[in-house]
Amino acid sequence: MDFLTDPLALNIFRQALIAAVVMGATCGAIGAYVVLRRLAFIGDALSHAVFPGVVLAYVAGLPIFAGAMVAGALTSVVIAVVSRGQRIREDTAIGIFFAGAFALGIVLISTQSGYQRDLSAFLVGDLLAAGWDDIVVSALTGAGVIGVLVALRKELLLVSFDRTYAQALGYPVFVLELLLLLLLTATIVVSLSAVGIILVLAMLVTPAATARLLVDRFTPMMVLGAVLGAVYGIVGWYVSYYLGWSPGGSIVLVATLAFLIAFIFSPSHGLLAHRLRRHPQHSARRAAIDQPSGHDHVEAGEAVVASLARRHPPGR
Amino acid sequence: MTVAISTMLQLRGLAAGYDERWAIEGVDLDVPAGRLVGVIGPNGSGKSTLLRAIIGLVPRRAGSVALDGGAVDLRRVAYVPQREAVDWSFPISAEQVVMMGRYSRIGPLLGPGTGDRRTVSDALERVGMGELAQRQIGELSGGQQQRVFLARALVQEASLLLLDEPMTGVDRGTEETITQLMRELRDAGATVIYATHDLETAADVSDLLCFVNGRVVAFGAPDETFTPKTLHATFGGELMIMTTGDHSHVHGGGHHGAHSHADER
Repeated sequence: MDFLTDPLALNIFRQALIAAVVMGATCGAIGAYVVLRRLAFIGDALSHAVFPGVVLAYVAGLPIFAGAMVAGALTSVVIAVVSRGQRIREDTAIGIFFAGAFALGIVLISTQSGYQRDLSAFLVGDLLAAGWDDIVVSALTGAGVIGVLVALRKELLLVSFDRTYAQALGYPVFVLELLLLLLLTATIVVSLSAVGIILVLAMLVTPAATARLLVDRFTPMMVLGAVLGAVYGIVGWYVSYYLGWSPGGSIVLVATLAFLIAFIFSPSHGLLAHRLRRHPQHSARRAAIDQPSGHDHVEAGEAVVASLARRHPPGR
Repeated sequence: MTVAISTMLQLRGLAAGYDERWAIEGVDLDVPAGRLVGVIGPNGSGKSTLLRAIIGLVPRRAGSVALDGGAVDLRRVAYVPQREAVDWSFPISAEQVVMMGRYSRIGPLLGPGTGDRRTVSDALERVGMGELAQRQIGELSGGQQQRVFLARALVQEASLLLLDEPMTGVDRGTEETITQLMRELRDAGATVIYATHDLETAADVSDLLCFVNGRVVAFGAPDETFTPKTLHATFGGELMIMTTGDHSHVHGGGHHGAHSHADER
């Protein structure tokens, strides 16, 4: 077991490992919503949109966390306001502002001396740069995000599955959906030091998508997503330690590989299982399962943004 | 001798809709307690909007809604949306969907108790879905899904139920279950209001009919309101009378594929 414990002799490596675990668990937990509500594009947008906030806070010597949260929240609101008009669709508005905000961050950082190294740290993460202060803030934030997800599990599940019904029951749908975006922003900020802006999307989506292939209920999916995210963080970090690869890149590659394995071998939803199920003796069961009226037309990601713009579901 | 009938739901000058075009306008309605009310009208006539405006799902532009003389308390109202409105691939069981009807009673932070679980399994039995309680919601047929949503409304133990086209696209057995349940709820004292295309069933089943076409064309007992005049005023040229065998069916036109019974499992 020496190869597991050796790296932990140094404080800096212990910190890095903790940061990787916090990032993986938080991303994996909220990832259940990102996957089921199709928020991947919004998650990508938010991760890029926090960039100028991070840079500004960094330049001004303010807490990076605060800068990122403010930028993420502002971007959510701007996207919501612009897409209120008929002429600009939500996804277009998201595209405009996430690239725009990202460009602002790049310009800001290019005005600083020695920006090349710092830029790459923001983009792909730099686990070894995290100090204890950062770790504590990250761990508390991650625990906070997971705590809110657990405390509001009924309400968030209800709004995600059937927002019209949630409204009919009198739940504040708009507030809950905005809260979900803010939790997403906080998760992205927690993840910056480990995987950076570009790769965080993978951690928001991949562990949860893998969990979706392995379990058939929401709560197990969220728990498994968090566990997988943490495991990917640990395994990826050791891989990067011993092979000298980029930590962020290694973690995401481990996650991607695990997804591919589940995609092929999952007992319930894997490619192999589907092949086997085509076999005649299973066809009766498939027929029963294939029958449902599976309309997939609700673009939930759009719905969230649309609901931020108008507080009402599409009219009929 | 006149008997005072208690009005449960009172609408006055209600207008509702999105943007500039309001789907309904000038709606005055007094719905007595403990009645089964069928809301009838062609597509786009504002049937859904009327139901949704009662609980504020569609913005009210004018007028008022009163439940037992006061503001609408959403905990007393159970709403069954049109079936297409949810994500069927969601990893959630029939039982979990029904449990959502208990959420506002369970309260924040807590999980469901044994009482809630019993209520949910009773409701599932009542709609004939006891054995399929653990199925993923998307694996169920259209009729089975509709039964689940009905069970979800049941566990709310509401005094006003609003059902938006509950019989559209379901099999004959489910249609009968729904009809039976609506009657039982009415007999237990609840007020049940449902929107439908199916004029004949509505006339057979309902205590009161409400003909809607952007406004209320007629409201009253089927005997009084089910007349060629109101039908024409409601449906205009869209009305279809189809003769199949020795039955003639009257349909509010405009919906595609007429009334589907093809969903039998």
